[in-house]
Amino acid sequence: MACNGSGCQSGVCYKDEDVTRNQPIKSEETDSTNPTKVCIKCKLNDAVSGYGGIDDGRFCADCFKTNLFGKFRFAVTSNAMITPTDKVLVAFSGGPSSRVALQFVHDMQERAQRNFDASRDRSLPVFAVGVVFIDESSVLSIPSNEMEEAVEVVGEIVSSLVPPRKDLHIVPIETVYSADSGEGKESLANVMNTVSDPTGREDMLLCLRMLALQKVASEYGYNRIVLGSCISRIACHVISATVKGQGYSLPADIQYVDARWEVPVVLPLRDCFAQEINMLCRLDGLKTVKFSTGPGSSINGLVSSFVSLLQEENPSRESTIVRTAGKLTPFQFNRIPEIIDGNVPLATRRRQKRYNLKSNESVSSESFCPLCNSPLHKSEIVDWSNMDSHRSSDLFNKSCCSSCQFQILPSDSTSMEQFYMDLPRSMVGRAKQVSNGKLSLLREQIQDFLLSDGEDET
Amino acid sequence: MEGAGERKRGVRLCCVCKKARASVKRPKTLDHICRECFYHAFESEIHQVIIRNSLFRPGERVAIGASGGKDSTVLAYVLSKLNRLHNYGLHLFLLSVDEGITGYRDDSLETVHRNQVQYGLPLKVVSYKDLYGWTMDQIVDVIGFKNNCTFCGVFRRQALDRGASLLKVDKLVTGHNADDIAETVLLNLLRGDVARLSRCTSITTGEDGPIPRCKPFNPNLDSFITYAYFKRLDYFSTECIYSPNAYRGFAREFIKDLERIRPRAILDIIKSGENFRISTTTKMPEQGTCERCGYISSQKWCKACVLLDGLNRGLPKLGIGRSRGSVGSENGNESKVEKSIQGKQCGTLDF
Ligand SMILES: [Zn+2]
Ligand SMILES: [Zn+2]
Ligand SMILES: [Zn+2]
Ligand SMILES: [Zn+2]
Ligand SMILES: [Zn+2]
Repeated sequence: MACNGSGCQSGVCYKDEDVTRNQPIKSEETDSTNPTKVCIKCKLNDAVSGYGGIDDGRFCADCFKTNLFGKFRFAVTSNAMITPTDKVLVAFSGGPSSRVALQFVHDMQERAQRNFDASRDRSLPVFAVGVVFIDESSVLSIPSNEMEEAVEVVGEIVSSLVPPRKDLHIVPIETVYSADSGEGKESLANVMNTVSDPTGREDMLLCLRMLALQKVASEYGYNRIVLGSCISRIACHVISATVKGQGYSLPADIQYVDARWEVPVVLPLRDCFAQEINMLCRLDGLKTVKFSTGPGSSINGLVSSFVSLLQEENPSRESTIVRTAGKLTPFQFNRIPEIIDGNVPLATRRRQKRYNLKSNESVSSESFCPLCNSPLHKSEIVDWSNMDSHRSSDLFNKSCCSSCQFQILPSDSTSMEQFYMDLPRSMVGRAKQVSNGKLSLLREQIQDFLLSDGEDET
Repeated sequence: MEGAGERKRGVRLCCVCKKARASVKRPKTLDHICRECFYHAFESEIHQVIIRNSLFRPGERVAIGASGGKDSTVLAYVLSKLNRLHNYGLHLFLLSVDEGITGYRDDSLETVHRNQVQYGLPLKVVSYKDLYGWTMDQIVDVIGFKNNCTFCGVFRRQALDRGASLLKVDKLVTGHNADDIAETVLLNLLRGDVARLSRCTSITTGEDGPIPRCKPFNPNLDSFITYAYFKRLDYFSTECIYSPNAYRGFAREFIKDLERIRPRAILDIIKSGENFRISTTTKMPEQGTCERCGYISSQKWCKACVLLDGLNRGLPKLGIGRSRGSVGSENGNESKVEKSIQGKQCGTLDF
């Protein structure tokens, strides 16, 4: 007779009050079989459904598209993600989310171009757009014909999005190594083989992917990286970060802007559902690429099936998760750094005010994990004066976050040393920066109390 | 299940005492230990939590929320043992709530009555009928099966506090496994409750309220069930029959799956809960007292009084407002906070 909701057969099972309350009165509003249902926006066309989220079944195809693009544009403008002088790099994985991100960025650029052509003085430049596709076949076991095909499709997609013209960068993941790619490939394989935890491997690949994106962006002079992360993806990240003990750093990853990197990363699809994105791909026939990689037994996989189960049960669950995590305090670097106070868009200013963020405070007040670059909780920051080992690999290990230490780094000192040797230099460099930076920061802080040479004896 | 351990023809010895046969695998360290060493480890872990957090002072009167379920039964047993062993000098009481669920709560209350005799602890039972004039069965008759767990949850929380003040206790302790707390963290994320998210991992809560509550959970993940199983403790399954709460069920399954791949995930969830960056302004709203019953409340009337008022006036839906967050619309995450009562869903008859 005991009932815990799932698999209950007691016959007294009803959805709880919270769930029913959040549901948009499903039977009346979202019934797709009802042919007389009219779009609530234009009140002309028949509504379509199947795009999930709380708006499912309320709009016609056109209004749905306008609405979705509207969410994108609102995110872009209210956070100053893209300005006319920018050079934007869209990270395109071939999947639906980044496909839509690419499409929307293109639509926006096209409009800007039209305005530019129509304007008399041509004073407002049009932002530039490039596309990057990372070939991860040296880490994931992707059949080579699939990858060849994918590269071809990606090329077609990008060349179809003209004018304006877009550069396409197809780079292998081992580009994170500056050495020639053969050597890089080997080091990369060594690194990945050392990580035994399946979740750790996936997360390590994420770190490397970001490193590769950053490298391409700074090499070709881009000043923004656009990711296609949607609500559904972010909701999964909220849960998996929580499960991995990264509650402290979590808010850093889920904002519209993440400028802890050399090239700031922006998430303009942060308010769009995966189902909406899939729907748009279907409606507009946007081509996507899917690789046949088997499902892993990782925590990330477990979380994503958990979240989609929840979303199925309640179409607003994902956004509730993201909204909850959105109330956690973001970091100083969760905004576009170079906009001076007067130019900060109102919405951004309001958010900064809400979280009491001072825009002139520097990023350097945080310490970061050299591996995953997440801000460290005070309990994770090492007291260097207590370090007994002076081996750089041990120092590196100690300066990582506890999540990386557990799921990525090898536990014994010898394997750690080898692992450290095989890491891309840019990651190793980060750790050095951390320890040096700490010292100079400390010196800065105590400067007023430091006596000049010779005085310390008196 | 747990406790069955690895029993290779009785050859594996306890890695603590090296004498007795090992019969428990500890989830965190994966050490194989014998029963006696398990009891000792379990009890001293709870003792450490109590000492480290200075939960009690000598001479205090402490009520143990006793649902008849495994966690509260184990806690009652262990706490009364530790109290004797380490001379805490506490006056312990068992406190139970009778919601008035026929044929169901009756059984678990019987368990508590037996515990009273077994552990020699005085028992106080407070009933919904006496406190509110309504049993849960009567409430369900009026409002049907929907929403009733809001009543369950709100009424039980207050009933415990009222019972505690009748007993004139200084503190109220409740039994929780680490995975219950992890589950609470997840549920608060899922339902959007930042205020509760910020405090659900703390061992002591409600210091500003009438009676502080503490939950000395075992950070080593040793299961309360294992303890209860070996000690043959008398307990009762306490899933609330009025609590068909789909996402709670999903969350519970999810946590079980997680534990299988990575036992420490439970502790990591709790750690996340402790480290969440929650600005002080989003913490609990200013607390006043209910104009009707005097219970702490941030509104004019406390939740229980609003719900009761609705029930008594024949408008039971009153207070269980319908509001919809405008998520995903133009102003994105700015959607307004639900004003209506969002009592913690009860889920189980544990406290
Ligand atoms: Zn329309
Ligand atoms: Zn890390
Ligand atoms: Zn032993
Ligand atoms: Zn209930
Ligand atoms: Zn009241």
